Amino acid sequence: MAVIELDDVSKEFVHHRKIGRLRRERVRTRAVDGITLSIEPGEVVGYIGPNGAGKSTTIKMLTGILVPSGGDVRVVGLDPQVNRLALTRRIGVVFGHRTQLWWDLPLRDSFDLLRYVYRVPADRHRQNVEAFVDLLELGPLLDRPVRQLSLGERMRGELTAALLHDPTILYLDEPTIGLDIVSKTRVREFLTSVNRERGVTVLLTTHDLDDVEQLCSRLVVIDHGKLVLDSTIDEVKRRYAPHRTLVVDLTESAPPLEIPGVEVTRVDGPRQWLRFHRDEHTAAAVIARIAATTALVDITVVEPDIEEVIRHVYGAA
Amino acid sequence: MADAIGLPATYRHLVGARIRGQLQYRLSFGLYVVAQFLAAFADLLAVLVVFNRVPVLRGWSIEEVLYLYGTSQVAFTAADLFLSQVDKCAVHIRQGTFDQLLCRPLGPLFQLSTIEFELRRGGKVLQALLVMGIAAANLPVPWTAGRVVVTLTTIASAFVIFGGLWVITSSVAFWTVGSTEVANAFTYGGGFLTQYPFDVFSSWLRRILLLVPVACVSYLPAAWVLDRPDAYDFPAWARLSSPAAAIATTLVARAVWRTAIRHYRSTGS
Repeated sequence: MAVIELDDVSKEFVHHRKIGRLRRERVRTRAVDGITLSIEPGEVVGYIGPNGAGKSTTIKMLTGILVPSGGDVRVVGLDPQVNRLALTRRIGVVFGHRTQLWWDLPLRDSFDLLRYVYRVPADRHRQNVEAFVDLLELGPLLDRPVRQLSLGERMRGELTAALLHDPTILYLDEPTIGLDIVSKTRVREFLTSVNRERGVTVLLTTHDLDDVEQLCSRLVVIDHGKLVLDSTIDEVKRRYAPHRTLVVDLTESAPPLEIPGVEVTRVDGPRQWLRFHRDEHTAAAVIARIAATTALVDITVVEPDIEEVIRHVYGAA
Repeated sequence: MADAIGLPATYRHLVGARIRGQLQYRLSFGLYVVAQFLAAFADLLAVLVVFNRVPVLRGWSIEEVLYLYGTSQVAFTAADLFLSQVDKCAVHIRQGTFDQLLCRPLGPLFQLSTIEFELRRGGKVLQALLVMGIAAANLPVPWTAGRVVVTLTTIASAFVIFGGLWVITSSVAFWTVGSTEVANAFTYGGGFLTQYPFDVFSSWLRRILLLVPVACVSYLPAAWVLDRPDAYDFPAWARLSSPAAAIATTLVARAVWRTAIRHYRSTGS
């Protein structure tokens, strides 16, 4: 059974805009416009879209912070609108640019306090803290006040804080924002392991497409509050970026190679870029064809990056 | 379950964490407590100065006014210490951190009153207790069981009424961010008014104060305890209506707060 279900969910905001000296006009904006989505347990879903597309609004409806103006939301079988408090025990939330840790106290204290907030049994809590401290190498940070931690260190603390009560679902709103490469990789590895070992379902919003590529099995794209794409990463690439590129280094400069169905897009000295359709040719076959006639030094297969794919999707929508 | 955690334990730990966090800034904390303690005396001084000029204030002697001041101040400063933090919801709404409060399995009021706890406000509570002690020792009428009970229930009811007023005025922040000043006029202003016998106020102000219900906070029960007529000429039962006013305020505060949360959840910040 799906852990997250949205059925034709909308959220409308009403603003007042000044027209004239005293009169005001009601302006309605649809932040989320008829989204239907269903997420199965254990999935890692990348929820992406341009700024203001409605990502955060959706997450807020899934946590019960916001009440939808239309449609049905179910999270772990609960209606967030009615059972917000019960739902808080089943979900973990990390907002990338906010903290839920106790700023002036050692990191360790935040973990202890969360045990009282969520009323987690002592044994279970100790096991979890030990496991996460180990996985994220938090040991040396435990006695430092949170305000002294670097952003990357703090994010590791935030992730732990969000998971100590064994949530079924983890919502992450831009978890890697502002992090350096090393910290990003660490966060991603951790999330992958939490998903695998604990079966936690992950829904994350991000602008970093590497997050999506390295973490997610599924991609959901929204724009102007509407769902524009929902499929697996592989399928997305196949559909929106059917071509792969083979970069070959020959022993010496040569005229563009001529292989049926393969197009040479660029030549730079002994290096040539060959583009082919992923369904018509395999990389192995193309390499074999080249090797039969020409001496090769090196080869690399370049997959289209997801960024290009997304640009395509936004463009089409 | 052996280690089931109750709300009191959660409260203790969250408040404890807040205090430990604030003690990181020891000097600022210490200075503030001393300043609060002294400022509270300036408040009392104002009352005493009036009595230096006139022996009786609209029929109220200084001992009687001290009793009135003491009961109202103990309740007000305790409410200020334990409940006034709810007005920090305005800050949380503006900074967007109110969402996080809604993501935890505790009510937002409970969370605000713990995570925003200000121990330094305790200085004023100490001063109020001191004055209350002096007033109790100099009460012009004998202490009977009835007077003790009424005094204690009055303080408890006044605590609840002030807390309710704080919740109601804080709720305004959900509609207009930056409304704390208006809210303070009602809460701190209301607290100030309860220090004086209402006989000194003009009749229209007296009527308004009955509506708010700060008259029930200390003035009416004080008139009962001290065996004096009150400015409203109320019968005895009406003078003992503080617990009823406390319940009514709680119900109104609850309804207003719920409406505010519902409004927030439908409009966001």
